[in-house]
Amino acid sequence: MTLELTGTSRRGFIQASASAAGLLLAFQIAPKAGAAEAGVKPLNAYVRVAPDGMVTIMAKNPEIGQGVKTSLPMLIAEELDVPWENVRIEQADSDPKLYGRQFAGGSMATPLHWEELRRVGAVARAMLIEAAALAWNCPAGECSTDRGMVIHASTKRRASYGSLAGQCAGVAVPDARSVAVKDPKDYRIIGKATPQYDTARIVTGQPLFGIDVRRPGMLYATYEKAPVFGAKVASADVAAAKAVKGVKDAFVVEGGENLSGLLPGVAVVGDSWWAARKGRDKLAVKWAAHPTSAQSSAGFAKRAGELSAGAPQKVIRKDGDADQALKGAAKTVKAAYAYPFLAHVAMEPMNCTAEFGKDGKLEIWAPTQNPESGRQLVAQTLGLKPDDITIHMTRCGGGFGRRLSNDYMVEAAWIARAAKAPVKLVWTREDDIKHDFYRPAGFHFLEAGLDAQGNVVAWKNHFVTFGEAPDKPASSAGMGPNEFPGRFVKDCQVGVSTMPLGVPTGPLRAPGSNALAFVHQSMIDELAHAAGQDPVAFQLKLLGDQKLVGEGPSAFNAERMRGVLKAVAEMSGWGKTKLPARTGMGVACYFSHLGYFAEVVRARVDAAGKVKPEKVWVAVDVGHQIVNPSGAMNQVQGAAIDGLSHALFQKVTIENGAVAQNNFYDYPVLRMADAPPVEVKFLKTAYPPTGLGEPALPPALPALCNAIFAATGVRIRELPVDARLLRT
Amino acid sequence: MAYKLNVNGKVLTADVEPDTPLLWTLRDTLGITGPKFGCGVGQCGACTVHLEGQPVRSCSTPVSTVGEKRITTIEGLGADPLGKKLQAAWAEFDVAQCGYCQPGQIMSASALLKAKPRPSDADIDAAMSGNICRCATYNRIRAAIKRASGQPVEV
Repeated sequence: MTLELTGTSRRGFIQASASAAGLLLAFQIAPKAGAAEAGVKPLNAYVRVAPDGMVTIMAKNPEIGQGVKTSLPMLIAEELDVPWENVRIEQADSDPKLYGRQFAGGSMATPLHWEELRRVGAVARAMLIEAAALAWNCPAGECSTDRGMVIHASTKRRASYGSLAGQCAGVAVPDARSVAVKDPKDYRIIGKATPQYDTARIVTGQPLFGIDVRRPGMLYATYEKAPVFGAKVASADVAAAKAVKGVKDAFVVEGGENLSGLLPGVAVVGDSWWAARKGRDKLAVKWAAHPTSAQSSAGFAKRAGELSAGAPQKVIRKDGDADQALKGAAKTVKAAYAYPFLAHVAMEPMNCTAEFGKDGKLEIWAPTQNPESGRQLVAQTLGLKPDDITIHMTRCGGGFGRRLSNDYMVEAAWIARAAKAPVKLVWTREDDIKHDFYRPAGFHFLEAGLDAQGNVVAWKNHFVTFGEAPDKPASSAGMGPNEFPGRFVKDCQVGVSTMPLGVPTGPLRAPGSNALAFVHQSMIDELAHAAGQDPVAFQLKLLGDQKLVGEGPSAFNAERMRGVLKAVAEMSGWGKTKLPARTGMGVACYFSHLGYFAEVVRARVDAAGKVKPEKVWVAVDVGHQIVNPSGAMNQVQGAAIDGLSHALFQKVTIENGAVAQNNFYDYPVLRMADAPPVEVKFLKTAYPPTGLGEPALPPALPALCNAIFAATGVRIRELPVDARLLRT
Repeated sequence: MAYKLNVNGKVLTADVEPDTPLLWTLRDTLGITGPKFGCGVGQCGACTVHLEGQPVRSCSTPVSTVGEKRITTIEGLGADPLGKKLQAAWAEFDVAQCGYCQPGQIMSASALLKAKPRPSDADIDAAMSGNICRCATYNRIRAAIKRASGQPVEV
């Protein structure tokens, strides 16, 4: 990654060029938050230094549990050269003029900020050095720093950052691109296991989350929407709701047709959430007929089967002649794979607090992964100027992609305006499960061929998914032409057909990959067994001996993948472990979000067909530097177990146009008793550091299913795992 | 109706309807937001508090049933040496990801250690399986419980 920065620099503030994003702006514009604190001098939008040497660093991105409130400030603190214990972290508001894009998605925080935020710290450090050099009348090049002090070695002069910060206003801001950064061997913060900054507050239950927000005069709201997505309110007994003690208001919201905007519904506002909730029970809402009310998961599966019988609507990859190669193959394997819709079920239900000021401006407190799109949605829907909306980002009780959509934000804003009071909207868990942006279901009809030596000589996939057309898939329902083993099999054809869908879909942690890994890595395991070969050796052979396959963003580094595969085989004692009956080990690897991951799962299947994952091994290649090893380990362990949870338990079913599931009793999440130990090894490679929130998830599913096959001989081709197939 | 509640050693008055769950009484009326709303039906454990030292799901406990029983929430757990030890172990192992479920996890863990000062893995499975961690920090939750109970920890 290169930094697009101009070299322009002058005394005072540097000029932002059109191509330079957040970083330059960060230096050009003085920060708002906390700048008025007595004696505290902002060095730039991210860093303030107090006279006592305490350094406040702004956390720019939403914190959803991925640890960026800690890890991104670590990058700044390292290059600023301050002791971590002298660092205070403050969550920034949504303010793209100061901070550029602020979002939590795509495991992009590390790759997008690795260079930029270290240089924010390095620039601030250089300014402090310059201020000292001016005061001491010596060349800046003779000065160094040591944990919050500027030092002039030959004269043994020392000055604390706190004493210098006030003198930086007149110092030239150096060019961020050319400012010196540390040699990694000198790191004191990066690479050190660092507990999350909010740890003490989390374990003592302090208010941190959106749902904990309280405002003077605040009312509480609940909002009922149609089970069939987008259906309008035909009638509702708002009078009955208003008759409930504590209910202040109840009203119908007409809403629109955009499934990611403000949908029709009925709001109930009360002096407590419980009062509003009880009022809601009296509404007896009748919903208007809706064109999608006949759709169902069973209908989608049937239609997918019909489509699979014909030619794909679009062929997205055609190398050689897969049909011909299948005819000539020594052995062929044909398999249909399917996976269901999934909900996100972040632990903190969707909520948002909205308050209009007397000036008509709107203030929002939201657990959101994507505040700017929320600002735009609220502005458009309510007819406000985007600049008249302030968004405070609270800590999020999980995100997993759900909070990239801001439907709950626009609902809260609308209800607050109608109720003429500050309002905290809190969804029920049932609202959350029935009004999600679901991981789309999908259907893959595969056929592959092996030659006499067990090499994969043909690969064919007809992917049936949702959307208006293969070029216009529903959100997160697409598949690229390079899905592995595409480019590794000479005769390869991949086609796509789509079906219309009236269910909102969206990214769920490792979108696309979380389903595609299951399909492709299971099928490759099927082929390994059909060839009578060891699955690790088989996949290594399939990966070949090339280094890089493809170029640019679609490049796949086969060498890195071979590296993690070999590592996980070694860690797990692959092929060297004698296992009891009905216990098996399965392997899978996957590249997503710029990271290379290989995982082995050992699972036991009891006589009733219940699967117990006993252990997971993960080998990770995300480049040459782990920013925070503690957070990194936690992410990988959690993502791997999350993948097991998908595979074993989770399924959203559409019936009569609506979601059939309600709460955790029918949409289970993996619990302690089923959680295996997860052993993780980070390989250090020469590549730039990349993200960890997502890419450990996808391989866990096929590794588990491949382990089930090894244990039982039963191939899982549809998720979640059906225990009935595994009974003895 | 006005209820006198003994919360974390203080008597507080909440004027709420009898069917109001203790969770919402604590959160909305008394401003004690450590106990979290996760499911409303006693399935996830995020709302766990202690009544007379016993873990209960406050989302499914009507305030009218509480009476004079001592209520302990995560905010008050540190007053108990064992609670403090657990909080320290949670911090030491940097257990949390999003952190939302952790108050409930710690409350359940504290009740476990009161009943079984040196719980086995099976004890931990049984006592902690009522608490969902959607981020799946289970490996570290187990480690923190073992550390707080003075048992060796495999990390």
